[in-house]
Amino acid sequence: MEFLTSQILSGISLGGQYALIAIGYTMVYGILRLINFAHGDVFMVAGLLMVYMSTVMPIYVSIPLMIVLTVLLGFVIERAAYKPLRSAPRMSVMISAIGVSYLLQNLALYATGGQPKTYASIPWISNTIHIFGAPTRVVTVVTPILVIILVVLLTLLINHTKIGIAMRAVSKDFETSQLMGVKINSVISATFVIGTFLAAVGSLLYFTNYPTVVPMSGALPGLKAFVAAVFGGIGSIPGAVIGAFIIGICETLIKGTDFAVFSDAFTFALLIIILVVKPTGIFGEKTTDKV
Amino acid sequence: MSDTVLEIKDLYVSYGGIEAVKGISIDVHEGKIVTLIGSNGAGKSTTLKSVAGLVKPKSGSIKYKGQELIGLSPDKIVSAGVVLVPEGRRVFPNLTVKENLRMGAYLRKDDLTADYEYVYELFPRLKEREWQLAGTLSGGEQQMLAVGRALMSKPELIMMDEPSLGLAPLVVQDIFKIIKTINKAGITVLLIEQNAFMALETADWAYVLETGEITHSREGLDLLEDNTIQEAYLGKSKA
Repeated sequence: MEFLTSQILSGISLGGQYALIAIGYTMVYGILRLINFAHGDVFMVAGLLMVYMSTVMPIYVSIPLMIVLTVLLGFVIERAAYKPLRSAPRMSVMISAIGVSYLLQNLALYATGGQPKTYASIPWISNTIHIFGAPTRVVTVVTPILVIILVVLLTLLINHTKIGIAMRAVSKDFETSQLMGVKINSVISATFVIGTFLAAVGSLLYFTNYPTVVPMSGALPGLKAFVAAVFGGIGSIPGAVIGAFIIGICETLIKGTDFAVFSDAFTFALLIIILVVKPTGIFGEKTTDKV
Repeated sequence: MSDTVLEIKDLYVSYGGIEAVKGISIDVHEGKIVTLIGSNGAGKSTTLKSVAGLVKPKSGSIKYKGQELIGLSPDKIVSAGVVLVPEGRRVFPNLTVKENLRMGAYLRKDDLTADYEYVYELFPRLKEREWQLAGTLSGGEQQMLAVGRALMSKPELIMMDEPSLGLAPLVVQDIFKIIKTINKAGITVLLIEQNAFMALETADWAYVLETGEITHSREGLDLLEDNTIQEAYLGKSKA
C-alpha cells in the first residue's frame, strides 16, 4: 500500500512536470499550427543554465535569472527561426524547428563536453517528507499544487484579459485579427514567452528529481509531453494537462512492475493508438488538422 | 461639395504575377455612401484590402485625409479611423459575441460601455446573444456582429466587402437599413457589392469596376437607370 501510494504520488508529480512542458507545445500549435520540436531542448537548456549559474551565484538569484534567460531564448528562437517563415509552407517551419532542436543539442554537447552535469540541490523542495507513511520529497507534493495554480492563472489570462482574447482570435484567423489592429507578431511572441516560462519552471521541478543534465535530457520528456498534448487534443490547454497527468501516472505505475523496461514504449504505443482511434484527442476540435 | 476623405490614385495591385487591379482611381467624399460594383474577380476586394493594409499594392497612392496609407501596417490604418468589414463576415467563431466586440475595440484604451450600448441598440439581437459563441449565430446575426465589431473601433470610414453575401432577402434589407443609419450618424461608407440593385439604391455615388479597371462613375440612382449597367448587373434586358 505504501509502495502504491508513493508510486501514484510520484506519477502525479511527473505528470505535472510533463504538463508544464505540454502546455508550451499545445499553445504554440494552437496559434501557429506548428509542432515546436525545439521545445524539449529549450527545457534542457533551462536545466543547463541552472547547473552553470548555481555554481557562481546563490540559488535565489540563479532561479529567477534562469527563468528570464530561458524565456529570452524562447523569444529569440521564434523571432530568428520561425517568424521569417510566416508565409512559407507549414512544413518549412516544422523543419526549421527540427533544426533548432539539433542546434541546441549540439551547442549543449559543446558546452558540457558530453559530461553529465549535476543539478543544483534546491533547498526545501529536495527535502524528504512522509505522505500517508510513504517517504517522498517535497517537490513531489509541490509540483501538482504549483501546476494547478499556474494552469488556473493561465486560464484566467486566456479567458479574461485582452491579450488572452487576442490569442484566441489569432488562433482562428490571422487576417481578421489584423483588421482589428492586433499585431500578430506580438501575440505570437507572447505565446512563446508563456510556453517557455512554464517549461523553465518545469525544468526546475523535473531536474530536482532526475538530478543530472545531459544534451539529450530534453528529448524524451519533450516527446512525452508532446504525446500528452496530442492525447489531450493538441491546441487544448486542459487537454494537455490531463493528458500529461495520465501519461505521468501510467509511466510511473509501469515502472513499478516487472515491465519497467517498457514504460517509455507504453507512452509511444499510446500515441499510435490515439492517432488511429481518435486523432483529435480527448478535447481536440473536430476541425483541427491531424498531427 | 464635401471634402474627399479617401483618395485612391492609379492603384495597381498584382497577386503572384497576375494584375488584379489596373490603375484605378476612386474618390470618397466625407459623409457619403460610395459603392464599388462589379462582377466576381473584378478587383473589388483587392482594392479594399489594399486600403486596409492587408495587401501591398505595386504602385499608386491611397490617401486618407491627406495621409498616405500604403506602407502602413493594418493597426496604424485602424488607428487612423479606417476599418474594413471583411467578406464572409469572418467573426471569431470561438469567441463570444461580446468578446468579438471587444476585439473590434482592440486598439482603444478608453471606456467602452457606451459603445457596447450603441451597438446593442443598433442590433438588439446581439444583446440577447451577448454570451453566445459567435460561431453559433445565424448568417445574418454574424453579419450584424461583423458590422458592430467594426463600429467598436470608432471609425470615420467603414469599408464593407459584400455585406449581403449569402443572406436572405429580408436580412439584406435590414443590413442596408443599418448601413444608412450608420452613415447618418456621420460615418463615411465605402461599399462593395454584387447585389448591384441594393447598392445603387443606397449609394450617393457609384463606381463600376470591370477586370481591374473603372468603367463607369456616376451618382448611384443615375447609374441604376443606365441601360448597359442594367444588362450587365441587374439582369434586365433593354426596355
